[in-house]
Amino acid sequence: MILRKQHRVLIFGITGKQGTFWGAEMIKYGTNVVGGVNPRKAGQDHLGLPVYASASHAARDLDFHTALFFVPPAACKQATRDACEAGAKVIICLTEHIPVQDVMEMITIARLNGTQIIGPNTAGMVTPGEAFAGIMPGFNNKVFKEGSIGVISRSGSLGTLVCLNLVQSGFGQSTFYGIGGDPIIGTDTREALKHLYEDEKTKAIVICGEIGGMAEEEASEFARTIDKPVVAFIAGKSSPEGKKMGHAGAIVSGNSGSYKAKRSYLEKNGIQVADIPSQVPGLLKSNDELRLQ
Amino acid sequence: MALSGKPSELDSKMANLCEFSGKKLLASAGIKVPKGKLATTVDEVATAFREIGPCVLKAQVPTGKRGKSGGIRKADSLEEATNLAGSMFGMDIASHEVKQILLEEVADIATECYVAIMNDTRTKGPMLVFSTMGGMDVEEISQQDPSQMIFKPIPFGDSISREFLKETIGHLPLVSDKMLDTIQLLYQVYRSNDAELLEINPLVITSDGDIIALDCKFILDDSSIYRQEQLEGEIAPEIQTELEMRASRSGLKYIELEGNVGVIANGAGLTMTSMDAITYFGGKPANFLEIGGEAYTKSREALEILLQNPNVKSILVNFCGAFARTDVMTEGIVKAWKELEPDIPVFFSINGTGYLEAIAMVREELNLEPYDLMDDAVIKAVEAAG
Repeated sequence: MILRKQHRVLIFGITGKQGTFWGAEMIKYGTNVVGGVNPRKAGQDHLGLPVYASASHAARDLDFHTALFFVPPAACKQATRDACEAGAKVIICLTEHIPVQDVMEMITIARLNGTQIIGPNTAGMVTPGEAFAGIMPGFNNKVFKEGSIGVISRSGSLGTLVCLNLVQSGFGQSTFYGIGGDPIIGTDTREALKHLYEDEKTKAIVICGEIGGMAEEEASEFARTIDKPVVAFIAGKSSPEGKKMGHAGAIVSGNSGSYKAKRSYLEKNGIQVADIPSQVPGLLKSNDELRLQ
Repeated sequence: MALSGKPSELDSKMANLCEFSGKKLLASAGIKVPKGKLATTVDEVATAFREIGPCVLKAQVPTGKRGKSGGIRKADSLEEATNLAGSMFGMDIASHEVKQILLEEVADIATECYVAIMNDTRTKGPMLVFSTMGGMDVEEISQQDPSQMIFKPIPFGDSISREFLKETIGHLPLVSDKMLDTIQLLYQVYRSNDAELLEINPLVITSDGDIIALDCKFILDDSSIYRQEQLEGEIAPEIQTELEMRASRSGLKYIELEGNVGVIANGAGLTMTSMDAITYFGGKPANFLEIGGEAYTKSREALEILLQNPNVKSILVNFCGAFARTDVMTEGIVKAWKELEPDIPVFFSINGTGYLEAIAMVREELNLEPYDLMDDAVIKAVEAAG
């Protein structure tokens, strides 16, 4: 999914420190936040919005499209069940360090209910000029501007840097699609790429990947079949083998997931790979019609 | 470029159980394992040998290279056992020192199978891997005859169904009801202990048709440590330098490398990218150090750790705040810098959440001008490191 202005967002954990800070920024930006969930503060108002005991309770009063999770790791499974049963179309799960087998169960529950999970351990979604949901500086106009480049990133910080480089070079983004840094995620690179391919506003796509796993390789198999340009930056060229580099997903074992293997696989499928993020705009520049103005 | 000071094994940085601890989990689930005793001294080896008799001595280190490194040896006599133990204790296997030896009775092997249950990123659920050609590396089996490896996604649930197992491997000639029972129990062990990988190689079929787990590799999903209290004390210690250990205690992810440009950045992706940029512009990163996520308030500890590394000749501070507020991170660095007054050049690049406040702080407190572009800060830091 691409987050839109009309999408009604319910924030789980809205009353917490982060939920409050980012919730307020989202509302200020124009995100259609309709309420919050916190079982201990049900019935109260927060950020001028009603707080409910659960998504099911909220659903009696209002419609919502997206559930955004500021939820502690151990509570995410139950929150997923609640959001899915209350009819969420999308769950954006920001939480880091959820036990992987819980994530598998969350994905199983979501599949049964036709709900899309984005994350966990994602920085969220930003559609410049419309809405943002998560912990990205959507409000910072050095980083985000309306435009035609779709950006997929496992990492919020790297995604921010790449978006900054795009804006500095005169590009803007159709959307920022944070998929999350965990090894098992609800929406993987290939699926995010498919959503951006189907989005009319998106004219070209940047994949910000990392060493480890095969997600970028699988996405490149899809990329070769579509007529939108796809370029990439892969972080971790100088990272040692066999160590988890902060993100649980970024680990190289043997040749699988190594920088070299990943890069040559992508290039074989027609994806140009930048050595450093500041080269990304240059790779896109050949497509002049993508420039702003 | 070799970035790590030591040969780094895949297993060396993960929550890994030694064979002996893994087998305890198997046995308590009702899976047969050979009779065995753990010894930490040559005397204990002798005592164990008297009880077990001719046996196999197995070095207890969390790595897959034991056999090839002389970490698994057969002993027919007491003298042989103690001699072997004498040379095995203290041995280095893939940077792990051998401190424990497991003595196990010799198994009656008719056939060796391979079975693993693991988290699969592509199908987003558990994956069953099975072969009746066990005893060697998965890579070796796959090379010799890929058709002998069965990979099948397991529908996620509390147990693995008999029907699923019959459909998946029931047609193979050596697969008995007892084998299916064992795999169902293995799935229980995988689920109830939050394994990332549970691998039995070989899973032995004896001449009477019994099923015995001869080895056990267990990697714990480290996000689950908090709810796996029974594994406390069983997890093999990571190979870490002193500074890495100190960082772990502070809740920071720090990995020491061979270069001289110190790196402080937020978020795993940006930290790796900073290292890549240093390399791209001709320098060598001294470390991976991430203060993003929940650790973004710990920039002071991060700086202190970095300054302990004598190889560091310049420092790159690269912040691109999303969740991690750059003003909070920068405040920690600036305060610590003024207190510690390190005699090392530092170069900032700050963008994202809270960047205006952060940049103002660096200007006012340190009299330094942060770079607008990461590349410029990196180039300067590389130059300064010489």
